Amino acid sequence: MEQLNIWFTNLLADNTIFNAQTLEYYAEGLATTVQLVFLSLVIGLVMAVPLAIARGSRRKWIKMPIFFYTYIFRGTPLLIQLYIIYYGVVFIDGIQDTWLWLILEEPFYPALIAFTLNTAAYTTEIFHGAIKATSKGEIEAARAYGMSRGLMMRRIILPSAFRRALPAYGNEVIFMLHASAIASVVTIMDLTGAARLVYARYYAPFDAFLFVAMLYLCLTFAILYLFRYLEKRMLAHLRPQS
Amino acid sequence: MAETPLPLEVRNLRKRFGSNEVLKGLSLQAHQGDVITLIGASGSGKSTFLRCMNLLEQPNEGDILVHGEEIRFKETRHGREPADWKQVERIRAKLSMVFQGFNLWAHMTLLENVIEAPIHVLKKPRKEAIEQGRALLDRVGLLERADYYPAQMSGGQQQRGAIARALAMEPEVMLFDEPTSALDPELVGDVLKVMRDLAKEGRTMVVVTHEMAFARDVSSQVIYLHQGVVEEAGPPADVLDNPRSERLKQFLAPKH
Amino acid sequence: MIDLQGYGPRLLEGALVTIELAVLSLLLAVILGLLTASAKMSRSWILHRIGTLYTTVIRGVPDLVLMLLLFFGGQMGINLVTDWLYYQFDIDIFINVNEFIAGVVTIGLIFGAYMGETFRGAFLAVDSGQIEAGRAYGMSEGLMFRRIRFPQMMRHALPGLSNNWMVLLKTTALVSIIGLTDMVRVAAEASKATHEPFTFLIPVAVIYLLIASVSEWIFARLQKRYNVGFGEADEWNN
Repeated sequence: MEQLNIWFTNLLADNTIFNAQTLEYYAEGLATTVQLVFLSLVIGLVMAVPLAIARGSRRKWIKMPIFFYTYIFRGTPLLIQLYIIYYGVVFIDGIQDTWLWLILEEPFYPALIAFTLNTAAYTTEIFHGAIKATSKGEIEAARAYGMSRGLMMRRIILPSAFRRALPAYGNEVIFMLHASAIASVVTIMDLTGAARLVYARYYAPFDAFLFVAMLYLCLTFAILYLFRYLEKRMLAHLRPQS
Repeated sequence: MAETPLPLEVRNLRKRFGSNEVLKGLSLQAHQGDVITLIGASGSGKSTFLRCMNLLEQPNEGDILVHGEEIRFKETRHGREPADWKQVERIRAKLSMVFQGFNLWAHMTLLENVIEAPIHVLKKPRKEAIEQGRALLDRVGLLERADYYPAQMSGGQQQRGAIARALAMEPEVMLFDEPTSALDPELVGDVLKVMRDLAKEGRTMVVVTHEMAFARDVSSQVIYLHQGVVEEAGPPADVLDNPRSERLKQFLAPKH
Repeated sequence: MIDLQGYGPRLLEGALVTIELAVLSLLLAVILGLLTASAKMSRSWILHRIGTLYTTVIRGVPDLVLMLLLFFGGQMGINLVTDWLYYQFDIDIFINVNEFIAGVVTIGLIFGAYMGETFRGAFLAVDSGQIEAGRAYGMSEGLMFRRIRFPQMMRHALPGLSNNWMVLLKTTALVSIIGLTDMVRVAAEASKATHEPFTFLIPVAVIYLLIASVSEWIFARLQKRYNVGFGEADEWNN
């Protein structure tokens, strides 16, 4: 015990890596990661709802483009999508002369666009599956009670589909958090970016990467518990007997 | 059409699935307070007939009039379709249906199920709808289950709840599609009792059923369908107690 | 092959690297997955704990962070060991953590955790009566595994396996970040050099889609084969 204590004190005394400077990197990195993931998830979610509804349309010219979109974005690595948008926007004719360039010059925004398009594609398919799984009888009851298509979508199909999609969407949120680590590749100082910086500066891979790995683990657990709580509340109706 | 219009009238209705004609010119007149039961073997078209009345299935020919208002149809590339879906929605709201599989909305509590369509389709004030909903649940003996979800109730309770949901629409006519067929035998009685009470208070009902005792006691008219044709129709005393056709005799003969 | 300003052949080589990497990682992942599943189902609580810790930690941390940790940290760890060997025993060896091996190990390690869950679920889905029947006919545990458990388990595991493979395939793109010249890295370098990102990145995206489509077809065939005697594939998907 005594030895352990000494060892521990020495460990902290020798510590040059967890100092005010590196902790600031980590804190900023954490903020960037959370911001990036949260924004892309929210925008992606808003996009996915109408896309998922349209994806189930009977009209080919509506559903086929959406199918292609989700097929491509789910079938290729996010890294490629990020590169295409990050390197690609520069080459849009005349973009550097417009106000848009002020936004797109920052790597944050190309990354946000790539992440948003990616999560919107996955979420569209999740919701599409959940909408398709709506009980035929419940839809029939809605029709028999004189509901219009819009009302039925709003009051019956979507509320029940959202609940059903919750577990799969929880996985998507965690997936997005983990996928966001590649933002560091296009020079964004997210959590992984901060770790790479600390690694490069101090040549301390274990300290840097293990520390952010732990932070990611904590974030993952936070999301996991949030969704478990939501499922408990919102899927109560599926459990027989309360 | 001189007197007061009938709650529900169907004239010469035909329905085809592909080349297979399942309803071959069926008609029906429901007067105020009538209980019409449709009986027949499975595949006779009785459920399809009922589902055509509120356009859950599209009839290929024939007229449907609800309280004198005729549903308008138009011919399209895909066949005959209602000309105005708004009209269909309005008419469906007057013909509430009770299903074999209950079809309560699983993500809503029982009370929410009952007030849903009155609030959003009939535009009833929420407070009024809740009051009425609770009264109806009390009537079917389920007031204490108001905040339960469908999955937390027995089939018989769900079906009584579904009847309360149908009543909340204050319908002109209630359509019952084999309401007791999916229930365990011991739960059938409660549901039938609720239906008998409704008949007694003068509700206009069209009921597809296999419950012959119910048909005999409650109906004003029994229609026996065979392969999409009305084989016999009339008061239960005639049709059920003195069947003329060999087929109906066999259908009514005790099984086993 | 299309020339693509001289990058064509290199892109093709990169594609081969991607495929090799993916297949080898899959093999490692399947082996680790089977081990993890057995550990999690074993009666020993230590094995059970280790299995759970492994799957929880791996699935809670981004692939890229694990990869960086293993690649950079792994080199340092090995250096520490070899240095120690040198000073203590005068054994002079130098092991270089090569990007390819680091890639295979990391991806294998990550997907081993996912495969573990897939296999565990699949093993549990096998009807226990049939295991009992095997036992009753005097089969040894090993024989039973080979002849009864494994073939039946595969039927349940295939959808999950196919899903894991599709994700794994896309994850291989990350090795370009630690410096392996797979097709993504070739395309990224070419984009920077020529200022024509679309010329290189879009073909790479198409190759990924192609590999995914081919694998989808293969998995559909496999599914059919393992479903013999069980009717349609959808029947048990519900």
